[in-house]
Amino acid sequence: MNSAINNSIRPRVAVHKFSSCDGCQLALLNLGEDLLALAERVDLVHFAEAGPLDPDTDVDVAFVEGSVSTPEDIERIQHIRQHSRLLIPIGACATAGGIQALRNGADGAQWVAQIYSHPEAISSLAQSTPIASHVKVDFELWGCPVSGPQMLAVVNALLLGVAPRDNADKVCTECKRQGHACVMVSRGIACMGPVTRAGCGALCPGLGRDCYGCYGPAENANTDALAAQFASLGLAPRDIVQRFQSINSQAPVFLAAADKIRLRGDE
Amino acid sequence: MSEQKRTVSIHVPVLARVEGEGALDLRIDDGAITQLRLRIFEPPRFFEKFLEGRHYTEIPDMVARICGICPVAYQVTAAQALEQLFGVELDPWARAMRRVFYCGEWIQSHSLHIHLLAAPDFFDCSSAIELAKIAPDEVRRGLRIQALGNELMELFGARSVHPVGVRIGGFHGAPPLARIREIREKLRAALPEAEALIRWAASIHVSQDDQAFVSVAMRHPVDYAIERGLIGVSDGLRIEADAFDAHFAEQHQAHSTALFSSYHGEPYLVGPLARLNLNHDRLPEQVKALLAETGLVLPSRNLFHSLVARAVEILLALHEALCLLDAYRVPDSPWVPVSPRAGIATGCTEAPRGLLWHRYEMDDDGRVVNARIVPPTSQNQARIEEDLRLSLLNFGLDRPDDALRLHCEKVIRNYDPCISCATHFLRMNVERG
Repeated sequence: MNSAINNSIRPRVAVHKFSSCDGCQLALLNLGEDLLALAERVDLVHFAEAGPLDPDTDVDVAFVEGSVSTPEDIERIQHIRQHSRLLIPIGACATAGGIQALRNGADGAQWVAQIYSHPEAISSLAQSTPIASHVKVDFELWGCPVSGPQMLAVVNALLLGVAPRDNADKVCTECKRQGHACVMVSRGIACMGPVTRAGCGALCPGLGRDCYGCYGPAENANTDALAAQFASLGLAPRDIVQRFQSINSQAPVFLAAADKIRLRGDE
Repeated sequence: MSEQKRTVSIHVPVLARVEGEGALDLRIDDGAITQLRLRIFEPPRFFEKFLEGRHYTEIPDMVARICGICPVAYQVTAAQALEQLFGVELDPWARAMRRVFYCGEWIQSHSLHIHLLAAPDFFDCSSAIELAKIAPDEVRRGLRIQALGNELMELFGARSVHPVGVRIGGFHGAPPLARIREIREKLRAALPEAEALIRWAASIHVSQDDQAFVSVAMRHPVDYAIERGLIGVSDGLRIEADAFDAHFAEQHQAHSTALFSSYHGEPYLVGPLARLNLNHDRLPEQVKALLAETGLVLPSRNLFHSLVARAVEILLALHEALCLLDAYRVPDSPWVPVSPRAGIATGCTEAPRGLLWHRYEMDDDGRVVNARIVPPTSQNQARIEEDLRLSLLNFGLDRPDDALRLHCEKVIRNYDPCISCATHFLRMNVERG
């Protein structure tokens, strides 16, 4: 990516929201003193939840939270792309469609009709999709939610004119570095750590529980081996499918792993 | 053209400093409001549908994703509903620590709302970043209190957004005593800061308003209700969570993706001011004394007192967390074993923005058959529209457009609407052919 942004003046930064829980924006709103410092270093020109409103303006960097889930969203993300030098989706909704992508494949129209008495007034696409399905993205930050340090690292890299670092290694590596006993080996708990991207700091194994894959797939994830391990721990095929079909259900690696198990079940 | 004949059309396409996406349409013809709609167009996320078939062990992690600002409310409400159905008796340690965990969320969410979302309005600022230039000490104090709330959530959940510590039956882990000692000192040091925050919030000049409305909040025999109690109404009604449907109803209107709630056909208020109206007698003495000092008379009929109400609840939450952590011990086990059973689980708690109600039908294997969740913002939606009407009439419809718009936004922010929450749960009227 061309990561050089003009740092002789404060770069113009926008934070946009699509379908989401607002939790990734909190990576900024929870920064405390660092938020005030950040506002000195960059010009936050659009960030509706924090106050500044100027969605149509040209920016150096646009951070995008949320997934594309309505026809209007498609137009809006294309517009944002045209007005942003760098576009960076943040969080599971923006990188993989989010937990709401569990509706993909279900009968969305029927769901709307079951929930709303005026279904005609509800604008909703059948699929919840990541930003990269619609426009070119320059970098992605995975995680549900992304953390403050992750966000600051990206901003710092851009201010220094270097490409942000992308840690696609597995949660297991963080777990080992922190010296946690492996919950799967020592206690037989079905942990997603071996196929899940690092970045959280191995929080779940740190509490003695299973990783549930909220950072999405790691690079070179051996989902076949993990699915076999889950089966040997006694998980039924349906439960193994649900392990892969949760926060990041539409991430291609997790979707393929789930489909493979489903297909085997149908044979 | 006289002011009486003026036609005003105010359209606020994106409401700033609220959580999620909403807009406002106001039309005034011949000196009368002819259209007033809070439009919520945050796309629906269908949580209730995709919870179907999921195992109970997954529910706390899934429902957290409804809201990044109040995930604890969703996790704790779901856990308590299911624990009651499964006949689980929590260890007293876990029961107490759920309240501490929840206090962390109140502190974080309220401080975020006061300083980052609401207060800039009253100082002619568009953001907290601007406000920090004219009130640097107050904003920084607010950010410190918010950070302490986050730290309390992290103590039990490892992170404050979508924490990972809650399990059905208790918590996954228990913090060591050393960390508790550390946070107790911080809580103690924060008490005078929160007291100063209340005095500051009370000193902010707000509009005078006087409206009749029904307040709904949980009520507990001893505590200021947060995570347990009956549902209470200002007319004296007291009901268990499972009687909710007998008194409250939800309805879809075409201009919103959130449902409108009513109590016996009328709009009602949930949230900090409703809680303070119903439960001020349950505040600890120190908090009561400070509240008296502010001159706030309760029950209040002015929604602009919500700012002070949040500040008061921050002090209460700090006080509660400190008392409960003073008695902290490391438990033998942070959780008790659970066996699922089929049936209907209902539960409610007081989320930062007000009453949050869950209902799950579960099967024998502990999987969700169907789910229904009623969040605070959809309950407040009808009240917000009613308030806007009354408040605008009181404010004066002949004011300039910009003043009308700002006033409307201030009114809406009094409710701290969480639009992300409101649209993630929608009532099911299932008709199967």
